[in-house]
Amino acid sequence: MKYAFLATAVLGLGIGGNALAAEPVKIGMVTTLSTKAGYLGEDIRDGFKLAMEMEGGKLGGIPVELMVDDDGLQPDKGVQIADRYMKRDGVKIMTGIVFSNVAMAVVPKVVRNDVIYISPNAGPSPLAGKLCDPNYFNVAWQNDNLHEAAGQYATDAGYGNLYILAPNYPAGKDALTGFKRYYKGKLAGEVYTKLDQSDYSAELAALRAANPDAVFFFLPGGMGINFLKQYAQAGLNQRIPLLGPAFSFDERLLGAVGDAAVGVMNGSQWTHDLDNAANQEFVAAFHKAYGRTPTLYASQGYDAARLLASALKQVNGDLSDLNALRAAIRKADFTSVRGAFKFGTNQHPVQDIYIREVVKTADGKYTNVTRKKVFTNHVDAYAAECKM
Amino acid sequence: MLLFIEQLLNGLQLGVMLFLLSAGLTLVFGIMRVINLAHGSLYMVGAYIAATAFQYTGSFLLALMAALPVAAVVGMIVEMVVLRRLYERDHLDQVLATFGLILFFNELTRIIWGRQPLFMDVPKWLSSTVEIIPGAPYPSYRLAIILVGMLVAVFLYLLLTRTRLGMQIRAGASNREMVAALGVNINLLNTLVFGLGALLAGLAGAMAGPILAVESGMGESILILTFVVIVIGGIGSIRGALIGALLVGLVETLGGYLLPELLRLFLPPAMADGAGASLASMAVYILMAAVLIWRPRGLFPAHG
Repeated sequence: MKYAFLATAVLGLGIGGNALAAEPVKIGMVTTLSTKAGYLGEDIRDGFKLAMEMEGGKLGGIPVELMVDDDGLQPDKGVQIADRYMKRDGVKIMTGIVFSNVAMAVVPKVVRNDVIYISPNAGPSPLAGKLCDPNYFNVAWQNDNLHEAAGQYATDAGYGNLYILAPNYPAGKDALTGFKRYYKGKLAGEVYTKLDQSDYSAELAALRAANPDAVFFFLPGGMGINFLKQYAQAGLNQRIPLLGPAFSFDERLLGAVGDAAVGVMNGSQWTHDLDNAANQEFVAAFHKAYGRTPTLYASQGYDAARLLASALKQVNGDLSDLNALRAAIRKADFTSVRGAFKFGTNQHPVQDIYIREVVKTADGKYTNVTRKKVFTNHVDAYAAECKM
Repeated sequence: MLLFIEQLLNGLQLGVMLFLLSAGLTLVFGIMRVINLAHGSLYMVGAYIAATAFQYTGSFLLALMAALPVAAVVGMIVEMVVLRRLYERDHLDQVLATFGLILFFNELTRIIWGRQPLFMDVPKWLSSTVEIIPGAPYPSYRLAIILVGMLVAVFLYLLLTRTRLGMQIRAGASNREMVAALGVNINLLNTLVFGLGALLAGLAGAMAGPILAVESGMGESILILTFVVIVIGGIGSIRGALIGALLVGLVETLGGYLLPELLRLFLPPAMADGAGASLASMAVYILMAAVLIWRPRGLFPAHG
């Protein structure tokens, strides 16, 4: 009897041991699903999940388990979730953060604990420069990149007198700095509006009086919708062209802006019409799975998953050798939906960036069409500050 | 000079919008002594209903006609279900409960309409610009808002001074118990006043729809200014709400435009712009502080 019991116990342990070896790789996703900005996290998550579903719940042939939690756009909550992932769940790979303020609170902490973090959106400048880390990879962009593209486009288009506008907070200031890095003409005005301002009539009147060649603005979320509607109502969209980063022109926001956004030129590393096989497959699969056109956030989530898949495949799902895993990710041996992609010295993307135009489609919806490549193999401005 | 007049009109338009919101809030505050933080939610309900009706019918007037009764009814239900229990309670309880209502309404709109902001366009017949001042075309829709606001001000004035209901409302503001003792159904009166306030908030929301993003939480950004208005104007006074709203609208708009110009006279431009922008966002609160020092009960206190 005693022996039988022991035997069962040993057998049980043995089975337990086997199960442990076959356990899926855990991936912790900290992202923003609630608040007004919740749709950003939703798209990143859906893009990431799509890549998993296309492989039947695996990434690179390795079974994975995705854990998702909502940070509510609060840095402290993000830290809490990351802590739980690390301590309770033993997560070794994290991703998902949408906003730079959350990223700045979470990322330095997790990479210090030898957790690999792959950013599908936020790319604050310190993490690209002085605070860069071997465990931190960004598969989207450095925050300034899309503004820089708009700046370069303004220079190329021969605009000599621009009015630029952003909310008065760190990302707003970075946006205008990024824009000015590549825009070489004069400024008719450089205006910082209040964060969460809803009425722009005063700015629009001043803007009309300044009579610039074009206007560059960075007003994420509802602020951008308000600005665009009021710009059109003031009759300015007929006279003065608008430029911006892709953030105010994703396919989910455009429906709320309507005709007022048509014709706006915006900088982006990806659009659903980019002509490559990986992208066509992604857009079709996303349509089929979720019934909507993917936004750039979805493409970034998808790319994050595919990057991870390529690395997991190379190390055969073995996370014990962190160096090997890092080296495998650094190779970026996957076909990105945006076309050519590789990591620079600071493990941020070296990629092409485009200008796209908002158009109205035949069925009355609004979308973006790629117009022009502005940068080829663009490297962010902070790479030199990164000593790794 | 042209720019100055245009900015005056902008300030007037913002003021009118604030008036529509603060008129209801000040009545509720003055008569029922309830701090209703959820007033912005009624504004949001108006905008959402209007945008939805607009999507189905394509008509702005129908959208307006749908938004007003729905906002009023939602307001009256809120009064009957939640606020009625709070009249005798502490202000802190009221703030807590109505703050809860904000969260409730924000989540509710997310559940019903989703996270994407709704689209609502300016009606075709108001989509042009008018050159009331030669050389400065002004959106006719904004002129229409100013006009509607003025009409509402006249309507409220007549309602409060020339009708029986208005008399009861004024009496209720001065002495609730006495009015009840005289045989007026004070509960019904409260519900009606609250419905009227909700109706005006809904009107403001529906008219804001074509200008602003119709999204969950849109009421909070304007709520703070609305409270500033009623503190400046004097709690419970419609006249105070009108004057306060116009003052706040003008200071908010002209401050952002004039202060940087003013500072540029004696500061380097980059510094002047930065300091000007910061000062402009404080201007309204400085105005409020100044008014409170000069007249601690606001410009037109409802009852001495």
